[in-house]
Amino acid sequence: MIDLSNITKTYHMGEVAITVLAGITLNIKQGELIAIMGPSGSGKSTLMHIVGCLDRPTSGVYRFENREISTLSDDELASVRNVKIGFVFQTFNLLPRLTALKNVEVPLIYSGVPARVRKERAMPMLERVGLAERMYHKPTELSGGQQQRVAIARALVNNPALLLADEPTGNLDSRSGEEILNILTGLNQQGVTIIIVTHDQNVAGRCKRKIHLKDGQILEDQVVT
Amino acid sequence: MNFLETFQVSFEAILSNKVRAGLTMLGVIIGVMAVILLVSIGEGARVYITKELTGLGTNLLIITPGKTSASGGFHPPSAGTVRKLTYDDSLALKRRVWLLTDAVPIVLGTGRIKYTNLGRDVMIIGVTPEFQRVRNLFVDSGSYVTQGDVDSKFKVVVLGTKVKEELFGDQNALGKVVMLSDVRYRVVGVMRKKGTSLGMDVDDVVYVPVTSGQELFDTDALFEIIASTPHAEDTDRAIAQIKDILIKRHAHREDFTIQTQGAMLDTMNTILGVLTAVLGGIAGISLLVGGIGIMNIMLVSVRERTREIGIRKALGARNSDIMAQFMIEAVTLSGAGGVLGIFIGVGLALLIPLFIDVLPTSVSFWSIAMAFTFSGAVGIFFGVYPASKAAQQDPIQALRFE
Repeated sequence: MIDLSNITKTYHMGEVAITVLAGITLNIKQGELIAIMGPSGSGKSTLMHIVGCLDRPTSGVYRFENREISTLSDDELASVRNVKIGFVFQTFNLLPRLTALKNVEVPLIYSGVPARVRKERAMPMLERVGLAERMYHKPTELSGGQQQRVAIARALVNNPALLLADEPTGNLDSRSGEEILNILTGLNQQGVTIIIVTHDQNVAGRCKRKIHLKDGQILEDQVVT
Repeated sequence: MNFLETFQVSFEAILSNKVRAGLTMLGVIIGVMAVILLVSIGEGARVYITKELTGLGTNLLIITPGKTSASGGFHPPSAGTVRKLTYDDSLALKRRVWLLTDAVPIVLGTGRIKYTNLGRDVMIIGVTPEFQRVRNLFVDSGSYVTQGDVDSKFKVVVLGTKVKEELFGDQNALGKVVMLSDVRYRVVGVMRKKGTSLGMDVDDVVYVPVTSGQELFDTDALFEIIASTPHAEDTDRAIAQIKDILIKRHAHREDFTIQTQGAMLDTMNTILGVLTAVLGGIAGISLLVGGIGIMNIMLVSVRERTREIGIRKALGARNSDIMAQFMIEAVTLSGAGGVLGIFIGVGLALLIPLFIDVLPTSVSFWSIAMAFTFSGAVGIFFGVYPASKAAQQDPIQALRFE
């Protein structure tokens, strides 16, 4: 499903060029649950941004569902993100003024789904993450764990092919973190491809495949059997 | 993403910061209000002047000595080059220009009017009986200046109401003798009350026969001749005939000027149109300042919501969606400010004449339309830069923004 071949990413800070990714080749199949690990500065976030179509590689070929991504326009990337990819962030990144339900509806707005259908599709998502009672609460009225569950519902609402989670438990206490992990592994069992960027061994331990990055390169690609 | 959705998103953003939105709108509100109010005052003056000028009587031609340029401007008659207009000129016009209903010779001067121990300076107008008709000013009691008075240079005077009241109070003035610049004049009539017209108090004058007026001012020249035609469409032909006759009488020189009421109206309209435009322009500047206020707040808003922009982009918003969201926000602010400004401006324009009666106002549809369009345009113009700044945000940078 995901084919990265010799991906590099270089940032220019004035005169200095900083290479963040130095030739990543990676193949991810549908239904996998992958942990990307590595110390900070190892390039794991940048890799996630490229896989998530938020950024383009400096060189290399990225094929997502057999479609060349590196050459797409901003609008085409936006459309891929909207339909194919769900994001879960460490800081939840919910829109503070909107209720949980409205937050879940946002991706559907950008796919042009009419308001009534949006609600019909968003509600089951919130039920799926156990927030049926909290649909009309704003993010500030929810606990961290609940907010992250809203974010997961939002990531799933367009039935994406890939769920990208960047330190999804990083801002949560261990109990809420455990709940979130259970939800993610549960989703994976239902067939959703999930990539989790983390440096938490406990989180990585739940994944079947662990990819270790260091200095922009893959140090280890390990499949747990 | 359709327009309604985007509008809703923008509207929620505005509502989430009501005070700031209100203050931003205030700039536009004041701008639009000022445009409407000042244009209404300018328009009001124009409507007022037009009404007053048409109220002078209809289809008037005013012949004055001296040649002025066609576009207005005043050249004082200089000795030697200009022949005076005379009483005989007016008689000739009346006799030979068959398109004219009247040709009234006018002399104008000031003098002192005295009755018993009361006296005051007053404007004296020498006229013929037709003056009543051409200027719509009629006698109330007694009689007006008659043709006989004119022919025989009788020393009779018709008093304006104000003059009569000041000299005689409630007493009957008819038949009394007053001193007009030390000459004895008999009061034969009192005018009907009319009030001020174009800043001149027409009740504060006295009328004498034109011939005795000339004697009083020791001149044989006229101030002007007021002629009138029965129909407006006769004006051009009447002018031609008047020119023809007067040029012959004035040694083949066109040393006089014929002004029509229409031309005077046009001149006035031009002057007041410029005035209105200048007032509107000044008010427009405040609208511009309001627009800059919108841009300022939009830039702040874009910066504050960098993270929101990042989130929306990550969730699939295209650049155009973000652009539209902020554009609509800016246009809503200015448009809502525009509508409020229109209501306040129109309200004030309607209220002002109730309290200040020398300031007539006239709310014109085009000033409302213009103010509204302009405020919308201000929103678009000053919204483009912040909105495109928002749309161009890099999603990763925006998501990292704290």
